[in-house]
Amino acid sequence: MAKGKGGGLPDKALFALAGFVYLFLYAPIAVLIFFSFNAERSTQVWSGFSMRWYGELIRDQSILDAFYNSLIVGVSATLVSTIIGTFAAMGLARHRFRGKTAADSTIYAATVMPEIVVGVSLLAFFVTVQFQLGLTTIIIAHVAFCISFVTIVVRARLAGMDRSVEEAAAYLGANPATTFLRVTLPIILPGVMAGGLLAFTLSFDDFVITFFTAGVGSSTLPLKIYSMIKFGVSPIINALSTVILVVTVILIVGGSRILAGRKE
Amino acid sequence: MDERKGWSWRLAGLLSPAAFWLGIFFMLPLMLILVYSFGRSGVYGDITITFDPSNYLRVFDPLYLEIIGRSLAIAGLTTLFCFALGYPLAYFITFKGGRWKLALLLMVMIPFWTSLLVRAYAWVVILGGNGIANRSLQFLGITSEPLNLIFTPQAVMMGMVYSYLPFMILPLYASLEKFDSRLKEAAQDLGASRWHTFWKVTFPLSLPGVIAGSILVFIPSAGEFVIPDLLGGSRTVMTGNLIQQQFLNARDWAFGSALAVMLGVLMLGAILLYIRKVGTDKLEGV
Repeated sequence: MAKGKGGGLPDKALFALAGFVYLFLYAPIAVLIFFSFNAERSTQVWSGFSMRWYGELIRDQSILDAFYNSLIVGVSATLVSTIIGTFAAMGLARHRFRGKTAADSTIYAATVMPEIVVGVSLLAFFVTVQFQLGLTTIIIAHVAFCISFVTIVVRARLAGMDRSVEEAAAYLGANPATTFLRVTLPIILPGVMAGGLLAFTLSFDDFVITFFTAGVGSSTLPLKIYSMIKFGVSPIINALSTVILVVTVILIVGGSRILAGRKE
Repeated sequence: MDERKGWSWRLAGLLSPAAFWLGIFFMLPLMLILVYSFGRSGVYGDITITFDPSNYLRVFDPLYLEIIGRSLAIAGLTTLFCFALGYPLAYFITFKGGRWKLALLLMVMIPFWTSLLVRAYAWVVILGGNGIANRSLQFLGITSEPLNLIFTPQAVMMGMVYSYLPFMILPLYASLEKFDSRLKEAAQDLGASRWHTFWKVTFPLSLPGVIAGSILVFIPSAGEFVIPDLLGGSRTVMTGNLIQQQFLNARDWAFGSALAVMLGVLMLGAILLYIRKVGTDKLEGV
């Protein structure tokens, strides 16, 4: 019997199962990408290679508008939630106070509350206070759910930080603001960037909460994709999905490279 | 790490923006639907607060019981399938991944980071009338006519397992990673077989990961709304779709609020139970 590392399961069955799971994860994506290059208007029967749907994609004004809306929402929500979340993380990581458990619980509750519950409650809230639904309400909603994720990520980074460098800066006469900007921030920056990246991805991809907080004419990319799928499948959705996939992979791989490089 | 004790202006300054935002745009709306859930919706969608629990009792209507039961069954089976597929993979990455460990983990994450809609759409195309699934079945001679694969509970489950599998794998990996291989060697030196070692040593030690993964899959599955909407159609309505219908089509906000409150309470109960058992440190590790 092989006495290597591990917990006791046989190798061959494990290899086969792992291969099967990766196939399960990637085959649907491969099919999706494949049919984005289809010549005819079918997402199921192959009729030859063409870039036709990518051409139609960049000429479709409503998709471009939805993309701009998603960018506006994503960038705004990321900036606001990253600042608020970083502050909250510093407060929670460094202080012990009455009500901390309640604060912690609220942060976690916001990350795990079913999206549909958050969505309908915000819809009820905005309608009740007569706040016109539109891009603003989407941004407000996105900031609300992004704060928690940023806080958790930044806090994890702060937990691993050596506090003595901050004390050294203080002894050498730096005021709290200077200490934060010149010492703390550069050290926790990878965590802040990771939190911001997470916030942007969550905001850019969000469908459910956006669905309930969007008004007429404030369609984001996921809302646009949803209505396109509802209207009828077309390789133009495959082309759009492929573009989103490629950009996501570049962002993740690039982002993790940057973070890994900075950790040294 | 040293921590400062007690409240200070500095602490208040750090926490108040988050407290303000989450208080007004997360807690307050939840309070609002809690209040609405004890009201009655009028003909024009207006709500009178009556403080009677009738909306909660309506859940026992067989029509709604069927939908809720279906949601719980689909979410339960999704969790089971995610576990059956996710455990071997997490085990494989942890113990056989070697220097590819991080790359293998990243490969689990990539589909998860792409839009949920894109993932659901992929299955709309695959399971559709003339899709790959049907043509493969016909090619293999399993069926001669295209089967009705999409708009079934099975299609919804397929889409959900596909979408939530990473939620299972990551906490499993996190808990298996901490496993001390010497324990396995000790068990085997003492004469335990492979299976015996696995079930008596490795698996019990990975249980926190199994519980965390199951909660992370079950909760969003039970409240899922997009996947049953796109893959289930009108015949596989789940609780999430029912809530959406009450708010957008039926305009019965009082009943919709009651359903949403129940879903939220179920989730909070599960997470509180988990925090009490395992603690928040483990959540941060995921």
